[in-house]
Amino acid sequence: MKEKLEGIKKEALALIENADKMDKLNEVKVAYLGKKGQLTALLKGMKNIAPEERPAFGQMVNEVRSHLENVLDEKKTALAKAAREAQMKAECIDVTLPARKQAAGHRHPNHVALDEVERIFIGMGYEVVEGPEVEYDYYNFEALNIPANHPAKDEQDTFYITDKILLRTQTSPVQVRTMEKHPLPIRMIAPGRVFRSDEVDATHSPSFHQIEGMVIDKNITFADLKGTLQQFAKEMFGEDTKVKFRPHHFPFTEPSAEVDVTCFKCHGKGCRFCKGEGWIEILGCGMIHPRVLEMSGIDPNEYSGFAFGVGLERIALLKYEIDDMRLLYENDIRFLKQF
Amino acid sequence: MNTPLSWIKAYVPDLKAEPQEFGDAMTMSGTKVESYVRLDKNLEKIVVGQIESIEKHPDADKLVICQVNVGTETIQIVTGAPNVFVGAKVPVVLVGGKVAGGHDGGPLPEDGIKIKKGKLRGVPSFGMMCSIEELGSSREMYPDAPEEGIYIMKEDAPIGADAVELLGLRDSVFEYEITSNRVDCFSVIGIAREAAATFGLPFYPPVPEAKGNGEDVHDYVEVEVKDDELCPRYCARMVKNIKIGPSPEWMQRRLAACGIRPINNLVDITNYVMEEYGQPMHAFDYDTIAGHKIVVKRAEDGDTFQTLDGQMRNLDHDILMICDAEKEIGIAGIMGGENSKITDDIKTVLFEAACFDGTNIRLSSKRLGMRTDASGKFEKGLDPNNAEDAINRACQLVEELGCGEVVGGMVDHYPVKRQPSRVKFEPDRINQLLGTDISREDMLETFRKLDLEYDAETEEVVAPTFRQDLNCGADLAEEVARIFCYEKIPMTLPSGEATAGKKTFKQRIEDIAKDVAEYNGYSEAMTYSFESPKVFEKLRLTPDNPMRQAITIMNPLGEDYSIMRTSALNGMLTSLATNYNRRNKGVRLYELGNIYLPKALPLTELPDERMQLMFGFYGSGDFYDMKGVVEEFFDKIGMSGKVTYDPSQKKEFLHPGRQADIIYGGKCVGFLGEVHPDVADNYGIGDRPYVADIDMPSILEFATFDRKYEGIARFPALTRDISMTIEKDVTVGKLEEIIEKKGGKLLEHCSLFDVYEGSQIKEGFKSVAFSLSFRAKDRTLADTEVNEIMEKILNALKEIGAELRA
Repeated sequence: MKEKLEGIKKEALALIENADKMDKLNEVKVAYLGKKGQLTALLKGMKNIAPEERPAFGQMVNEVRSHLENVLDEKKTALAKAAREAQMKAECIDVTLPARKQAAGHRHPNHVALDEVERIFIGMGYEVVEGPEVEYDYYNFEALNIPANHPAKDEQDTFYITDKILLRTQTSPVQVRTMEKHPLPIRMIAPGRVFRSDEVDATHSPSFHQIEGMVIDKNITFADLKGTLQQFAKEMFGEDTKVKFRPHHFPFTEPSAEVDVTCFKCHGKGCRFCKGEGWIEILGCGMIHPRVLEMSGIDPNEYSGFAFGVGLERIALLKYEIDDMRLLYENDIRFLKQF
Repeated sequence: MNTPLSWIKAYVPDLKAEPQEFGDAMTMSGTKVESYVRLDKNLEKIVVGQIESIEKHPDADKLVICQVNVGTETIQIVTGAPNVFVGAKVPVVLVGGKVAGGHDGGPLPEDGIKIKKGKLRGVPSFGMMCSIEELGSSREMYPDAPEEGIYIMKEDAPIGADAVELLGLRDSVFEYEITSNRVDCFSVIGIAREAAATFGLPFYPPVPEAKGNGEDVHDYVEVEVKDDELCPRYCARMVKNIKIGPSPEWMQRRLAACGIRPINNLVDITNYVMEEYGQPMHAFDYDTIAGHKIVVKRAEDGDTFQTLDGQMRNLDHDILMICDAEKEIGIAGIMGGENSKITDDIKTVLFEAACFDGTNIRLSSKRLGMRTDASGKFEKGLDPNNAEDAINRACQLVEELGCGEVVGGMVDHYPVKRQPSRVKFEPDRINQLLGTDISREDMLETFRKLDLEYDAETEEVVAPTFRQDLNCGADLAEEVARIFCYEKIPMTLPSGEATAGKKTFKQRIEDIAKDVAEYNGYSEAMTYSFESPKVFEKLRLTPDNPMRQAITIMNPLGEDYSIMRTSALNGMLTSLATNYNRRNKGVRLYELGNIYLPKALPLTELPDERMQLMFGFYGSGDFYDMKGVVEEFFDKIGMSGKVTYDPSQKKEFLHPGRQADIIYGGKCVGFLGEVHPDVADNYGIGDRPYVADIDMPSILEFATFDRKYEGIARFPALTRDISMTIEKDVTVGKLEEIIEKKGGKLLEHCSLFDVYEGSQIKEGFKSVAFSLSFRAKDRTLADTEVNEIMEKILNALKEIGAELRA
């Protein structure tokens, strides 16, 4: 019997060893370990053995069984692994074939720049406010300390609808509307469309965009204006950006300044973008004129504030190296796709 | 304003700054330098030489060989210039030196022209004698230069000396951008004063004094001003025994550098004073003035007048005229008359230096369509106190240049003397506004530099009348800040109460609109707010369409930009057409922009500005793609209710069978559809464009960011399919409505899975199939329950003529 057991073991191991597919392995399992398999048959034949030897023989059979089971499992694992490997090899693809995309649309470069500006100022605690594009003469001019007969009011600059209603030439009227309604303190930016009667060419458009900014609180200083705009410039154009404040004149601010930033292409060395200057003018600003505060019902003895106005197109054109303003309003998809 | 730096230095003699340094400093103190040009650019190794001998060139008729003494040596130069002669002193560029340009006076090369040793037809030449054009200048600035040939220098020019210096070309011409509040800086004196303050140097302006003869001008002329408001001051002086001739070189060069062509001593003096003092002057021929009387009064409507350029001008009552006892002789502040202009045989001149109302001059010159150097100055609003200095300066120059005999005294009509303004000096408030810590003494020192006086008794700063821009404390703060230098002011951030940075609800909804549009493949377009009234025809609008109620611009850039848009359609279709014409395939655009709807025309109050979300595309896709974007947007902004579509509105610009109004919550919130083929043709789009328009204010009331979790279904759903044939006219929407109504709460979902017309379906009918799913939140539904509901649905469908298919 013992010899028979050894023979079965040897036979089964050889079959397992040679099995190259899962079903062959299953066949071996059924043939040797199954209910009707050879080992079971061997156990059934134990009655031919002396009773005192039966336990030992039973144990031997069980040892062979568990050994075979282990070997079988190992082989099974090895076969499965080999099969998976073969599959992986067969399923290899060419990763350089073109991608399949959703083809998402693109945002207008003006708004890409605006989103950036808004992000920066919202982070500094500014609200984004809006005002009408068709505006009263009062808000566009008079309340900003630009009295009747001021040269800036000349028809050649302003589109008029009636004597009293016009297309706003700047976003500054939103300052006045905000001062009239908003509780103090105020920190706001007001982006929007403005209009001036300039003929269309590579650098002019009768319709463009500005972003107005205004802060009013107690003890707001010119130093605060400088610090705020420096922070903005660094965020917008890069950490190494420097700002330069030059005296200027606007009727609604005093003192007033124009602000240059170091050219973000050459970082101040001078290049064709900045026409060799190293600096690029980006905005006008100043401390809100006391008369403007007063006209909007704010006591200039108690409160002070600053305001600034940025040309959105100016930033977009410079930042994205767009050489012709007309491209912004043609909406050629080959242009828009680049943003 | 163009001014040579040498003229500034004449009044600030200690100013030694090089042009770049000067320009930077002036810009930083508020007198912005636009640009400057060095007159000695590329002029190197140019000395005075004297021609010692001239002999003919052996092989060329037009060339001569000159021996030129340049001080250190005598060199041989071959030239073709026709005007050389022995003894002539000429500018000579030595070998290794440079000149600015060619003798033809064309555009100057950036790096100049290098002069090398050369041979002309076999004869060696060691340098070049220069024409004025080669020196980078012109006969405008040097009228004594020959039309062709070498510039001949003065006989007393020292041989070997720097010719560039002698010619006055070691100079730079600066162009300034003067802001409208600094009228005083439209003059050399104003800029020189700023330069002195900027560099902290003493300022020596000219002291205008004209002795005059013993006579009194009042015996010669009388002045009457009939409108003091339009003419606050009128000064007149006289010069007899005029000797017309050229003005001296220094004056000619200064004028030429300012861009003014020298004419003769008299005209040049008035122009010179205008540049120097910023005060326009006029010179009348005294002998043409009838009654020897000047009357300043308004013109009559309908008058005409010939100005000295020979043009006839139409006048009106708002135009101020200078008249004599009989007739008009000049338009005040704008241009003199043909009838009183000075000619070469003038004997006696009457100088006028007046102050006219700036606004009036600006409006008059605009109406007349003539903007002159004089009107350009007057319209800024001049200081009347400056007129006296200017006219005296002119007479002083007349005396200095010996071009006539100045009559003593000045006729002066000046009823209300302009007084200096006084501003309270509050140094603490200035520091508080600036965020600085500048001492009171430093501030006072700044004011002194700017010629502002301080009245210690009243603690007021007294601003002279040429500084009409200084009226309040903030103005003084600016003076302190700009002379102290903006750069030195620290940078801080606003302190005080924190504020929340945020966008409004409307802005957040707009941001989502952009996101949804973009991930659906639409790119953002931007179009003008104004358009042509012709778009109404292009869009096939009926005469009574309310979209025709557009706001008109009074002064548009042209008809194409003359009305404010009442719809975003034209912008979208124009943009699509641009792309189509440029052969761009499958273009999808969107725009978020306002339309302008008047409440009444003409406007009495501001119009309703309504933000529109406009989609448009051509290329692959159809009506239902467009509908998908709309619904996806609604879904993202919490508009989870049923969107319905009303095809009955028949907008004339859309395909009559492929359009619908978008209805939400019982309100029309927009429309969508295929563009009418006639309209597509009008725009030149040879494809089928689709558009959708959402009126953003209308959806704001429905949009919400509130969300509530409703749980995930735990019990299984039962599904049933319905397939039917029905008359073609019955819409799927109608069938859905019936199914949803009869399906009740247990109907979770009803989705269309097939619509078919054609063979196998009888004429006029279509086959429609839905898949329905039923589910209860609290239990597993029994077949019998669903069967009951299905029975109701099927019966209802039968009632409207549906034939159910197995």
